[in-house]
Amino acid sequence: MTTKLLAAGLAFLASPALADTPVLTVLTYDSFTSEWGPGPAIEKGFEATCGCDVKFVTAGDGAALLARVKLEGTDSKADVVVGLDTNLTADATATGLFAPVAAQPNTLPVPFQDPNFIPFDWGYFAFVYDKTKVATPPASFEELAASDLKVVIEDPRSSTPGLGLVLWVKAAYGDKAPQIWADLADNIVTVTPGWSEAYGMFTEGQADMVLSYTTSPAYHLIAENDDTKAAASFSEGHYMQIEVAGKLASSQQSVLADQFLAYLTADAAQSVLITTNWMYPAKTPAEGLPKGFETLVQPVKSLLMSARDAEAARAPAIAEWQAALSK
Amino acid sequence: MASRAVEISPAFGLSLAIAALILGSAAMVAARAESFALAAQDWQALRFTVLQASLSAATSSLLAIPVARALFRRRFPWRGMLIRLLAAPFVLPVVVAVMGLLTVFGRGGPVNGALAWLGLPEVSIFGLHGVVLANVFFNMPLATRMLLHGWQSIPVERFRLAQSLGLPPSAQFRHLEAPMLRAQLPGIFAVILLICLASFAIALMLGGGPKASTLELAIYQSLRFEFDLGRAALLAAVQFALCAAITLAALGLTLPQGFGAGLGRRMAIAAPTGWRRGADGLAIAAAALFLFTPLLAVVSKGLPGLAALPNGLWPAVLRSVLVAVVSALLATSAALILAVGAARSKSRVIEVAAMLPLAASSLVLGTGLFLMVRPFVTPETLALPITVLVNATLTLPYLFRLLLPEARQLEADYGRLTASLGLPRRTILRFVTLPRLARPLGYGAGLAAALSMGDLGVIALFAGDGGATLPLFVQHLIGAYRLQQAAAASLILVAISFALFWAFDRLGSHYADA
Repeated sequence: MTTKLLAAGLAFLASPALADTPVLTVLTYDSFTSEWGPGPAIEKGFEATCGCDVKFVTAGDGAALLARVKLEGTDSKADVVVGLDTNLTADATATGLFAPVAAQPNTLPVPFQDPNFIPFDWGYFAFVYDKTKVATPPASFEELAASDLKVVIEDPRSSTPGLGLVLWVKAAYGDKAPQIWADLADNIVTVTPGWSEAYGMFTEGQADMVLSYTTSPAYHLIAENDDTKAAASFSEGHYMQIEVAGKLASSQQSVLADQFLAYLTADAAQSVLITTNWMYPAKTPAEGLPKGFETLVQPVKSLLMSARDAEAARAPAIAEWQAALSK
Repeated sequence: MASRAVEISPAFGLSLAIAALILGSAAMVAARAESFALAAQDWQALRFTVLQASLSAATSSLLAIPVARALFRRRFPWRGMLIRLLAAPFVLPVVVAVMGLLTVFGRGGPVNGALAWLGLPEVSIFGLHGVVLANVFFNMPLATRMLLHGWQSIPVERFRLAQSLGLPPSAQFRHLEAPMLRAQLPGIFAVILLICLASFAIALMLGGGPKASTLELAIYQSLRFEFDLGRAALLAAVQFALCAAITLAALGLTLPQGFGAGLGRRMAIAAPTGWRRGADGLAIAAAALFLFTPLLAVVSKGLPGLAALPNGLWPAVLRSVLVAVVSALLATSAALILAVGAARSKSRVIEVAAMLPLAASSLVLGTGLFLMVRPFVTPETLALPITVLVNATLTLPYLFRLLLPEARQLEADYGRLTASLGLPRRTILRFVTLPRLARPLGYGAGLAAALSMGDLGVIALFAGDGGATLPLFVQHLIGAYRLQQAAAASLILVAISFALFWAFDRLGSHYADA
């Protein structure tokens, strides 16, 4: 009885691929594959041309993706990893698990050079708030810390926005970063493992502000026709995120993986990303940005550490963050 | 007969296997820890673990005193039902309770609504107080039940004597109740402390940041967020040392009974009237409100959600039921072998082995097994078998405790007879042991199945994409703040947990009566 049940269960769980069509396994973060994320459209679009089956596998948020890649090592079933950022590429390259990829043209505001990764979108981190609830948003980290606004942030160890925030404070304040974190501690309601959890809490009204992107209000404006959400412009400037994708060296579908990466950075997928991932495209499509994007906050100053600097700064900055929030 | 006594019995073999699993995991993590120097955040996790567990245990035990006392001396409709319901949190899945607490105590919930109406600042459910609140929710009922037993162990005659001597309630308390509390509370505190030291799911959902991270949560984060095996191993070693030390200390706490025996008569004790009556009523009402409001919140939020259940729910249900049933069968069989073996054996080796899992925790075993299997397979592929193994191991001490007195009775009643008849083991098992122990076996299997069904521990460490059990699935929904769907899935989880418990329990009674 038990063995039968077990066998039936295991057969059900394993759900083997029966067809002969090659499968391209894409490891990515949660919100990428959600029904309102870019996953479904990109899967459909690429499958129409590749004669293959695209399978998404998720592992929390961006930084947890890298932990997952390290955990699986060369046994990984994934072919492509979508959703690391330039703060993690040095660490990712050091694992030796990523293969070189062909560079694709881009329109990023900063030069990008990395033999192992291609950028697929970018944005600026920002605290997003509801204009009807927060009349005068803070204009800097110091003002935020002095206010009694409740914010929800992401864990820098598992989430690329969380890591971006820690490096943002570090880039803006340097040695004063621990003090900023200590002052911010009483504003932080909770630290979530990933962006989707944090943004979900914000939209449920569990916090006044959430660490997200300057482009997030475009989602509410364009998809929901709701202009009440805005990103607070900080006088320190905003840290930039460049999201990247790479190919695993252990992939058995190397050609398909290359095709997928090329597809991801071509016009069709780039247009999809703008209005599903709600980020700026790595290569602006011919028709330009959709209406509504011109209303978004433009940072007074853009901050970004090089991949190498970010790697050096990451562990100490996270330790400072942990120490300050532990008090 | 002498030769049978020295041969290695199945119980002894199983004891060795359990010891190997627990101590092997501990040794594995200790060996894998790259250095034994704890970083600042590790000390913080250790401090927080001890702080939240001590606060939770103290609060649960102290709050249980007025409730247990009121339940002991008052009679009211639904009293029996209320006492029976106090056992429910023990098998209630943690995610469901957290879901309820979030609804009641979260921002926009009734508690903060009332505070805002009174012009008071809002309270946040995240952080130390959230973790303690959830732990108290689970353990206050447990403490109440244990204390109620304590009160019931005071012979009724003593209360009658005190009353005929005209002792006021304060003197009654000093002479009768205080000594009982002094004897019982340390043990109760230790049991709850041990449970709370292994807080994982609660801290995962209500911790809210580095400030409120338990060791168990830190182990999970080191593995899943940072993939720092050395650090996970070090934290697991610290967690094991901590729980083992508390277990040893708790074993040393005996519960002396200084009252002598009574006649065991059931008599109503004249309970004090006046304001004390009101205070007792208040204690019972407050406890009932605290325990049932979150559950009612889950029900009212979840019922409408049942119409549109999220994708992926039913595969998670299937996985969970599979894990629960297999681990319940495994744990019950193991507990039976050990209890029968311990009843026959004069040495305490088997007993110690059966209680050994108390010192281990889900994440410690998980980390040990993770390190053991990783060189050979991707840990994700073994997520379900390992969850079964860990759940069965961790429920073993409870089932063993449940079966041991019955097995001893059985050995006393039939041991000499079956031995003199020279019956083979299988025959004894079939015609003597199983029929006589059917009832506790069914109850125990039900308990194990419900605990395993609701468990959120090692699966979080191992599960890959699409491999979630139902509690992990619910936790993801709560994490994404899809609270209505989470509540609906919680309802299904609770229903299946209690159905499994009921089914195994009935099966046992049915077999015993047949």
